[in-house]
Amino acid sequence: MAETKSHIGTQNKKGQTYTDPWEMMHEAPRNPSFYTGSEVIKEALRRASCDVMIAYPITPQSEAAALIGELFAEGYIGDYFRGESEFAVMSQCAGAAFGGARVFTTTAGPGTMRAMENFPMWAGARLPIQMIVTCRGINSPLSIQPDTIEISYLLNTGMLVWHAETAQDFFDWILKGFMVSEEPEVHLPLALCCDGFFVTHTKDVVNLTPADMCLPPYDPYRSPVPCMDMECPPVRMMRDPFIMKSNYISYATHASWQQEIWAAIERSRKHTIKWINGLVDTENTDAEVVIVASGTAVSQGREAIRLLEDEGVRCGLVKVKSLRPWPGEEIREATKNAKHIFVPEFNVTGWLAKEIKATIPNSDRVHAGPHVCGGMTMPPEIIVSEIKTALGLRSESLAGRGS
Amino acid sequence: MTQYRVLPGPEHFLPPAAASMGIYLPNPGEAHINGVIVPEEKAYEEAARQFLMAQVPTIFPGPLVLWAWNEKAAKKAAAVRSLYETLKECVQPGQKPMLIPMPDYRPKYPKINPEVEINPNHPNLTIWHNKIDCCMFIGVHCHQANLSLKIIRGGTSCYTVAMCAQAGHEDAMLSFRDASVEKILKLGEWIRKLKGTVKPRLASAKTSASN
Repeated sequence: MAETKSHIGTQNKKGQTYTDPWEMMHEAPRNPSFYTGSEVIKEALRRASCDVMIAYPITPQSEAAALIGELFAEGYIGDYFRGESEFAVMSQCAGAAFGGARVFTTTAGPGTMRAMENFPMWAGARLPIQMIVTCRGINSPLSIQPDTIEISYLLNTGMLVWHAETAQDFFDWILKGFMVSEEPEVHLPLALCCDGFFVTHTKDVVNLTPADMCLPPYDPYRSPVPCMDMECPPVRMMRDPFIMKSNYISYATHASWQQEIWAAIERSRKHTIKWINGLVDTENTDAEVVIVASGTAVSQGREAIRLLEDEGVRCGLVKVKSLRPWPGEEIREATKNAKHIFVPEFNVTGWLAKEIKATIPNSDRVHAGPHVCGGMTMPPEIIVSEIKTALGLRSESLAGRGS
Repeated sequence: MTQYRVLPGPEHFLPPAAASMGIYLPNPGEAHINGVIVPEEKAYEEAARQFLMAQVPTIFPGPLVLWAWNEKAAKKAAAVRSLYETLKECVQPGQKPMLIPMPDYRPKYPKINPEVEINPNHPNLTIWHNKIDCCMFIGVHCHQANLSLKIIRGGTSCYTVAMCAQAGHEDAMLSFRDASVEKILKLGEWIRKLKGTVKPRLASAKTSASN
């Protein structure tokens, strides 16, 4: 930390002042700006003292990747290039991070899936790379529309996984994410997810930190593993892996290594709580009906709650901000009074509902839905309808909407 | 609040990472003993007591202090040597302090020479061979230290201490954080202070068998 602190108050080549991150994020004046989510990613990166960004085009993150290219041209990013594929990009990110750089990338949908092999490798190698995931459909037939199914595949990679609801979340969490994932006892990659198009391609008022302030540079000497060294694990592990040796101690070491990755996720808990003000946000959790959601499903849930209030139905809300670390204790506490728990999701499998069911007592209280997917919107009315039906209240059929 | 405690093993075929059992790392100015957060001062006393009680108290310096890669590392190395000399001065006849390096993290096959080094991938070999019943990690990269500490807890009865330059280690039975030259030397002062007041754990069938 001493190395990082020593930069604070000095200026980078663009004239930005390296600022204490807590001061920058919590005390510095904010400037309201009207931006798309993609533009917000660019503005966050402008302030992130990022060494390397590697890009590959895939909708809906292409615009953000291109905008960050402009930042490189302006001199705010140390290096920037296009990889040969998403798999190549993520491998190149690993190389840059092994070398001690602060690394950022963006991906989406099938790109995330194509690159998947790299994510457990990043986590195992303790590389604090930040990856923006602008979620979209992944299956055939092709869809570029919003769908959060890819998050479910990221949950067991050993990465930290956060799910932003708004562009403001996005701006703040990109910068705060580096602070959490670069802590030496954490030092894990972060998948910062949002619902594609809904966040990336819509404009919103976002309060930005001053453009002349930036994060202190990453200090690779605080890493829990040595920097690039071909003779030492984790690099050596990759050319001389445990799998090549069939003996008890090799297996035990690999098992212990895996446990250490998940231990690091647990250690991120206190830093995540500190930086993003809790793993969940809650409203009215003394109500008998509670909506638990992440991403833009939270916004739709909030609107459904307003509609239900008009009809005299009181409903609470839990916004899940972090999926890894998983806010199990927080969700148990927030739902302890609930008789009905609704989990609206933009995916077909209902992965968030499954996680919640595995977390709380009396899991038959969980209504896994409503679900939409493949790019469908989720009108608040369908959440209202689902809740009213479960409560035995008369609900207007929405099947004819649009006819 | 977890009921789990980080205690000398052998704990399990595959013991859990202490962090996954609800053990938290200390904040600055604190340490932990068996997973319970304590004021740092209390940890100095307990670490000194464990060293003076052990038959084979051992320091395992890792690459961050073994190599003079910066001025601070060189000073820490000198402090580690001083701690070892203090330990030798303060133990009683029959106790055998050791200083065994962890020079690197390469998996070495078929095995390392446990007389001269310890390796994070099979630390048990060095513990077992030398009958080490109390050890301290210092200058080992955090990931590798946690790996070793957990394997040691799983398969041996050795008491583990971590003098960590970062945030500390839940997988040790006792852990300091933000280790500095001053902290290393302060542990030596505590060992001097307790010299002659701690009864060494003499060789017995029980300790030999569990090692």
